[in-house]
Amino acid sequence: MKDHYELLIIGAGPAGMAAACEAARNGVDVALIDEQPFPGGQIYRNVSNASNRVSSLLGKDYIRGKKLVDEFKESSISYIGDAAVWFINEKQQTGVLVDGKSHFINSNQLILATGAQERPMPIPGWELPGVMTAGAGQILLKSAGMVPDGKVVLAGSGPLLLLLAYQYLQAGVKIEALVDTTPKGALTGSFNKLLKALPAAEYLIKGLSLMLAIKKAGIPVFKYASNLKVYGSDSIESFSFDTENIIGKKSHHELPVTTLLLHQGIIPNLRLPIAAGCDVVWDERQKSFAVTTDEWGQSSVSGVLVGGDGSRIIGARAAEIQGRLCGLKVSNLLGKLNTDLLKQKSKPLISSMKRHSAIRPFLDKLYTPAKEFMLPDDNTVVCRCEEIKANQIRQATRLGCSGPNQVKSFTRCGMGPCQGSQCGSTVSALIADEINTSIDQVGFFRVRPPFKPITLGELSKI
Amino acid sequence: MFRTIENNHATVSITIEGNPYVVPADISVAAAVLLSGFKKVRNTPVTNSPRLPFCMMGVCFDCLMKIDSAPNQQACQIIVKKGMKIELQDGASELSDYL
Repeated sequence: MKDHYELLIIGAGPAGMAAACEAARNGVDVALIDEQPFPGGQIYRNVSNASNRVSSLLGKDYIRGKKLVDEFKESSISYIGDAAVWFINEKQQTGVLVDGKSHFINSNQLILATGAQERPMPIPGWELPGVMTAGAGQILLKSAGMVPDGKVVLAGSGPLLLLLAYQYLQAGVKIEALVDTTPKGALTGSFNKLLKALPAAEYLIKGLSLMLAIKKAGIPVFKYASNLKVYGSDSIESFSFDTENIIGKKSHHELPVTTLLLHQGIIPNLRLPIAAGCDVVWDERQKSFAVTTDEWGQSSVSGVLVGGDGSRIIGARAAEIQGRLCGLKVSNLLGKLNTDLLKQKSKPLISSMKRHSAIRPFLDKLYTPAKEFMLPDDNTVVCRCEEIKANQIRQATRLGCSGPNQVKSFTRCGMGPCQGSQCGSTVSALIADEINTSIDQVGFFRVRPPFKPITLGELSKI
Repeated sequence: MFRTIENNHATVSITIEGNPYVVPADISVAAAVLLSGFKKVRNTPVTNSPRLPFCMMGVCFDCLMKIDSAPNQQACQIIVKKGMKIELQDGASELSDYL
């Protein structure tokens, strides 16, 4: 590892890998850092090492990632794996923790490709053992060939929930129920976006085929579910929810559960872009904050680009293409690719990216999280680390706290080890609702290093 | 409760809470603890409540464990190694844990 590279990229998912490949092709001296030992990100996690059995049940969209990983491995890029980024500042100095030692890396250009995380889905009892995210379930399958046993229920909304149900079916997992929280009317409400999604028809076809397979397998599907609650003392014992049929008749359900997998879509992992000083704005369509960038991923901070789902959710294929655009732009900024060539090479990529992201407005509208997941009940834990409930955030707001940072000081919400990754979006939404303003106005937690726990001993070894 | 769908995989021996376990090589500590049937990886410092891994991708910090005597390790980010000593983390770590 050197202490300076022309280009440093953080995140080895599709955007980060593709950016690295493009830049390296133009002769840029590139290093790519990731927390995982192998490149791939969460979407292509372990793709080079997964067994044939696991790869084939995960499907061709997963196996596809191997091509990109191979392209990445064949290029002259320094890969710094098992590395935690604990520091970053507006001068593009990056603090990295590898093998118990801390290093500072400087770079002329920095690409943040930190990808997505699942949108926190705070429901009563979601902190109990046995409740995980659907993404966690899928990571266990990808990285360890593991599947849940016992009474398995999937609950929430979004493409990943359907995909995981399908993959579990292929793996022989018995799914007790799929509890779909997509609100009534969401499908008809998103019809007007359907026409514009047609260039990306393959996504619609994939979604439909997943739904058909789930139906054919006979998994009980509960539609329009609301009022989700988890019960149990030391771990989940049961899970209850209400449903509504076509004519509006409500019914209450309670199921015995040993593993509950929750999902409510994905949001950008914005901590590093915020720490690097990049402007973020509230994206009402995606119901999350997003980084302000141009087509090439250039952020508001000179020398910092943000690519892929880490700036706004565009999906793995579009993220890979956008990563290539970031890599080309950086090559241009470093004087290794002239502006005419940049434009010429970017043109087909931009149109391809537009085609792949054409599905997004439809998906964003269809899978808009229901209000109960944005604004949980008073008694629901919002901050899993400090165990702060929604009513404490509402109370602090009523006392006069005007923003997330003040709420943090008053309640400790967001002050635990995850530093707001699991409560940040809920806190901003709760404050906005309480003082009747926009989430954009309220803003997000300030992000301060260290982003990862680091001991004084590790810090002293710089 | 989790099971593996792989048939032929290399294994490593580890200890969890002082007892020996044989788990697939190359999986994370969090995965190994889940596969070994543990009902918790830690008790929270605030209300002493049990927790298991939640996100498996390093963002939620619910899987903090004591690994080879080092407290507060993200079990989902660390791969098991032969002879690794894994312990549940009981509440906040003490200064003496680091000495």
